[in-house]
Amino acid sequence: MPLKSVIEAVREAMLEEMRRDEKVFVMGEDVGLRGGVFLATQGFLEEFGQARALDTPLAEASIMGIALGAAFRGLRPIPEVEFADFVWPSVNQLIGEAARVCYGTNGALSVPMVVRIPYGGGIRGGLFHSQNVEAYFCHTPGLKVIAPATPYDAKGLLKSAIRDDNPVVFLEHKKTYRLVRGEVPEEEYLLPIGKADVKRAGDNVTVVSYGLMLHYCLEAAEVVAAEGIDVEVVDLRTLKPLDKETVVESVKKTAKLLIVHEDNLTGGVGAEVAALVADEAFEYLDGPITRLCGPDVPTMPFAQPLEDAYMPNTEKVAEALRKLAAY
Amino acid sequence: MTQAKPRSPKTSRKGKATGKSTGENRAVGFPEGLTEQDLLNSYRQMVLVRKTDERVWMMNRQGKVPIAASCQGHEAAQLGSLLAAQQDGDCFLFPYYRDLAIKMMVGLSPTQVMLSFMGKVGEPYSGARQFPLQGADLEHRVIQISNVVGAGLTQAVGYALGCRMLGDDTVVLAYLGDGATSQGETHEAMNFAGVHRLPVVFVCENNRYAISVPQSLQMAITDVASRAEGYGFPGVVVDGMDLVQSYQATREGIKHARSQGPVFLEMKVERLMPHTTDDDDRRYRGDDEVEQARLRDPLVTFPAYLKEQGILTDQEAEEINAEAQRAVNEATDVAEAASPPDASDMLSHVYAP
Repeated sequence: MPLKSVIEAVREAMLEEMRRDEKVFVMGEDVGLRGGVFLATQGFLEEFGQARALDTPLAEASIMGIALGAAFRGLRPIPEVEFADFVWPSVNQLIGEAARVCYGTNGALSVPMVVRIPYGGGIRGGLFHSQNVEAYFCHTPGLKVIAPATPYDAKGLLKSAIRDDNPVVFLEHKKTYRLVRGEVPEEEYLLPIGKADVKRAGDNVTVVSYGLMLHYCLEAAEVVAAEGIDVEVVDLRTLKPLDKETVVESVKKTAKLLIVHEDNLTGGVGAEVAALVADEAFEYLDGPITRLCGPDVPTMPFAQPLEDAYMPNTEKVAEALRKLAAY
Repeated sequence: MTQAKPRSPKTSRKGKATGKSTGENRAVGFPEGLTEQDLLNSYRQMVLVRKTDERVWMMNRQGKVPIAASCQGHEAAQLGSLLAAQQDGDCFLFPYYRDLAIKMMVGLSPTQVMLSFMGKVGEPYSGARQFPLQGADLEHRVIQISNVVGAGLTQAVGYALGCRMLGDDTVVLAYLGDGATSQGETHEAMNFAGVHRLPVVFVCENNRYAISVPQSLQMAITDVASRAEGYGFPGVVVDGMDLVQSYQATREGIKHARSQGPVFLEMKVERLMPHTTDDDDRRYRGDDEVEQARLRDPLVTFPAYLKEQGILTDQEAEEINAEAQRAVNEATDVAEAASPPDASDMLSHVYAP
């Protein structure tokens, strides 16, 4: 199988779906002439024309509202928010409106829309090019939230998201775009939304993660394996709805749970996973449910030592695994 | 009567929909596009809407209707524009929360409307999950998702974009109040519609109040229609207390939207009631102001015009009123006897299958 980067996988997923279904189109700032600031839509304008590679004014609220209206007419828009940090002006349309459309029309209308959002830090992006935004959307019934870590998952999940009839927030970690490469089959495939994936099997400790952090967890698992700690790494892949079964089954086997995410600690995805395991696997636990997350500061700062201090990394994950395994 | 004023050199409507006074129209007979039957039918609708509006307000005081936003004073603007849309035959509507006349007269029965206000089974927009008549009535090509003013406008523009992408000839009518004109998304919606010359008629029902905040604290201009020029399309001021003018301006607006792109119609209207049943407008409006506004009530001026034209007699007017009262009474009885939704319904439709 050919090796591809995450950004190549994302681009291929959209390309295939736009060729398959003419109702699918991309819209947003710089998605047409520029081909996207990360080149996710490179060549789309040439192949699909202006109408389906639609450059919009720099105004996020209307990008989302217009996508929503087009979805009402039966199109399947893929609005791109250039950076997660710029999603806030559009949040009324996303959380306030899109998430409530199906419920608020008694099922008469649905919103087949995928909002692509490059997110995350570790790239010297400072406060306004590094944010993690997943917790806000995970709190909202009516939305689905996906955060893949590998090219294979990114492609298969994005294709499924485009075919889903609900509003999907699709989070792509910017640092994985070109850093992470992996095998992607030539033939078409889809991956189910709402299914986690055990990326590494192990018996001693479960670590649950997603996105860029997943890779640090896999590296840390190899580090501590040499010390005799056998780690199972669960990649959530979909943050909403959570794959409760895979998480609970893993913890029942290992009896120990570490949750790692880059997003702030308080009220993050990890809190939900911890509550789930406390509810459904309490009697199996043989150690405290532990979270290694971004601290509660407003995103990672710009200066290198400050950013490093914020970001979880392989060493920090390995240390947390050792502590937990010692119980 | 106020003359409609074309606001942009781009418009070619001067002397058609908006340049003529209704006085001239009366003198030459019928306004273009309208028949006696159309006007009589609009009057029937207007009476039925008013009786319904008064009934739900009363039922709110009885504790049977949790909330209502009255359209009293806006009926001529709403029904005039709706008539133009219905005659056109290919319009999709994004009304706002005060558009009872539009939502009712697209084809709902008085019973459906009463079920909606009482939150009963058979509520047509949201299965009684939302405020009355809010959600979607796709059978009649109407969507109004929320109460965030301006949010429906970018959706309406997106709908028009979708129609163009699929090759439809549809024109979208996007309604807003003067309050919504301050919202950022209203700017974004009008800007995008202008850039792509989308087939959208923005219909602003300007009653000069954003709940309690008067126009002077909302904008530094007299006519919000003058903003349209900044988006590259015409803005027209219309006497929204006059059904015929509202009809004509919308009719021309639809033609323009389909052939040349967006239009902004500012229908100057009066709000005869407080903002909603939860509001007390005595705190911010003088009695005299509302009394003066009532002199221009379309339920007074429109039948007077019809009688002057020889279209309506006193006896017919009485019959129309009695018939509407009967219909509202019957609808009220049916809705009162209807069942509320089952509590188990609360969990359904969070996601599309």
